[in-house]
Amino acid sequence: MDFGFKLSPSSAVNLDTVDHRRFDRLAQLVPDALTCIGCGSCSATCTASAWTGMSVRKVLLGLQRGQDAEVDKMLSGCMLCGKCTMVCPRGINTRQLILTLCRLDKKGEMVR
Amino acid sequence: MRERFASGFDPFVIPFVIGMAFVLGYCLIAMIRVICQLPKADRKRFLLSLITPKYIWMNLRDIFLNCLIHVKLWKRNKVLGYMHSSIAFGWFMLIVLGHLEVMLFVPERIHLFYYPIFFNYFVAETEQTLQGALLMFLMDFFLLMVLSGILIAIIKRFASRIVGMRRTTRLSALDRVGLYSLWAIFPLRLLAESFTAHISGGSFMTIPANWLFRQFLGNDLNALPTWWAYSIALCIFMCVLPFTRYMHIPAEMLLIPMRNAGIKIRHPRKGFALLEVYSCPGCGVCIDACPMSVRKTNCKDATVYLNRQLRRGNERRIAEISDKCLLCGKCSAVCQVGVQGPELRVAQRERRKFALTPSYTGMDVQPLTAAVAGKGGVLYFAGCMTQLTPSIRRATASLLDKAGVRWHLMDPDGGLCCGRPLMMAGRSEQARELIAKNLEIIRASGCDTLLLSCPICYKVFKEEYPLEGVRVVHHSVFFQELIAAGKLSVTHEDGLRLVWHDPCELGRGCGIYEQPRQALATAGEIVEAGMHHAESICCGGSLGSLTLSYEQRQPMTQNALDNLTVADPDQIVTGCPLCLATFVRMADRPVRDLAEVLDEHC
Ligand code: SF4
Ligand code: SF4
Ligand code: SF4
Ligand code: SF4
Repeated sequence: MDFGFKLSPSSAVNLDTVDHRRFDRLAQLVPDALTCIGCGSCSATCTASAWTGMSVRKVLLGLQRGQDAEVDKMLSGCMLCGKCTMVCPRGINTRQLILTLCRLDKKGEMVR
Repeated sequence: MRERFASGFDPFVIPFVIGMAFVLGYCLIAMIRVICQLPKADRKRFLLSLITPKYIWMNLRDIFLNCLIHVKLWKRNKVLGYMHSSIAFGWFMLIVLGHLEVMLFVPERIHLFYYPIFFNYFVAETEQTLQGALLMFLMDFFLLMVLSGILIAIIKRFASRIVGMRRTTRLSALDRVGLYSLWAIFPLRLLAESFTAHISGGSFMTIPANWLFRQFLGNDLNALPTWWAYSIALCIFMCVLPFTRYMHIPAEMLLIPMRNAGIKIRHPRKGFALLEVYSCPGCGVCIDACPMSVRKTNCKDATVYLNRQLRRGNERRIAEISDKCLLCGKCSAVCQVGVQGPELRVAQRERRKFALTPSYTGMDVQPLTAAVAGKGGVLYFAGCMTQLTPSIRRATASLLDKAGVRWHLMDPDGGLCCGRPLMMAGRSEQARELIAKNLEIIRASGCDTLLLSCPICYKVFKEEYPLEGVRVVHHSVFFQELIAAGKLSVTHEDGLRLVWHDPCELGRGCGIYEQPRQALATAGEIVEAGMHHAESICCGGSLGSLTLSYEQRQPMTQNALDNLTVADPDQIVTGCPLCLATFVRMADRPVRDLAEVLDEHC
């Protein structure tokens, strides 16, 4: 039936069904990931954000919310330029974080 | 001279013959393996170079200067230089003169390859031996030279500070065996030749020693056991040689012709890289040189240890060492063998497997292209790091305007990265995609000059971008030229003391040292840092390191700052936005970019 309008699908995240393995493994390998305060400095400076909406803050958040597709899209735009590392007030080695994430598969295993 | 034994043989030569046969066989097989591992084009190029007169001459000269005389080491440290060249050159001369003796006195024995080594045992002095006095003297002289080198080596092992090194390498068990047998060879040779000196003749060392031994030891009984010991020491040394750092002796002799032929590292474990790894004698010069070494735990990440782990195949440590390095290039700059520490590490990073590979082909650079299309003149690419330090961009823009240059900014609202950080991380294939995009913008602009204020960008634009017809220039060089041409007039401020920090990528990376200093000298008085030019110390902020954390980098930055401020300058000046951003966090005095200083005085 066509009512002439549509309801957008819910964007609610069901945390009980989120697969945490990738984030947990990341936190193990780069414990810095746990110290992010979500200040957004990295998002503001990111070279890739204009193209893919890349932001380390959103990547970390997305991982914990199970938004895998968004995370992968963001990650695949990062140019490793290092601006986010320079501005992060927590001194997080964001490039190491990104590179480590790129090495983890969906199950959180390191590819060899 | 006449022969003492008709057979020309004694069982004590057997250990030496075994050792020699083993080491020659091993090196031959290793050499063939390395050559086979080269990519086909490289192999052809190398083999061709071996029969080209120009290269033959180059190879002979370089092998003589580097393997025997160790000129590079001399320049760096006289004591170490003397130590290495006295042992290498002295030993070489002993072998050459030994052959000469055999050829002169018993030419029918020249085919016995142990004969020149044990010559003094097999011959007796006769009436005409005086012709040989000069040779005898030279033999003793070069033996003394080697012994003096060995003495320094022993002292160095127990007190490295005496020879001016703060740190020296830790040895593995086999290295120790090799080391102690090497130490033993020459004193044993002196003893053996002394015990037989009353028969074979000798010179200023062996004859007095022979006389001395006669007083309380007797010579004849001791002679044979000592010749045995000498032969066994040689055997042990040669048998462990392939498994110790002494493999550097044969490896370097192959490395030099390959490098001369222009072969590059293509694989971290094969071919040329393998040769570099084995050519490292473990001198440890790169430990003190490495900026990471200010943290004691990071001493273990210096290039010498990378080489060692690559030999042992310790994958965990290889990955760790490869990822940590700042790629500052200082270890290569000081290495006398020319081991390319950064290149070895990047090759290692390139082998890494990823689950997720970035892709930039979908990025639409049309708006950026349209903004500069057909503008010509100078195209200024600020780059990521300069976007982060806008004062540099403003100063550069202002100077360009003051000089009346026709210019345009390539990335007013941010652009793409130049690709160098990706290359450093071992993702050069992805970097190629960025290069293609940037190239599109640069080509569309029709510029004749591409100006960069970041040396990281400068290096990659210069080396990896096919930009024929476009001049790629760093702003320090560009401004120096504008000043020299009188387009910029800078007022000199008397009493303003400035120190120039050579950024790794600009100095060691691109060989630009003098133009920035010349430009800076127009604004103030230049003082030098403790270590400068090719010896300059990385700021610690380098994108080369993938794993060093902010806390770990801090002592490196502090160390670099301490080095810059030895002459107590008023300002620290650099030409790299990343160095600047790294230094300002910790410096106790202003840190400026060259453009800022010039703009202020213009
Ligand atoms: S390194 Fe990647 S995430 Fe960080 S600012 Fe650069 S492009 Fe963005
Ligand atoms: S700048 Fe650092 S602390 Fe702030 S959001 Fe980004 S990663 Fe987190
Ligand atoms: S890499 Fe070079 S400087 Fe370092 S120990 Fe080896 S030879 Fe010496
Ligand atoms: S490139 Fe620099 S940081 Fe890396 S090992 Fe060599 S000296 Fe150390």
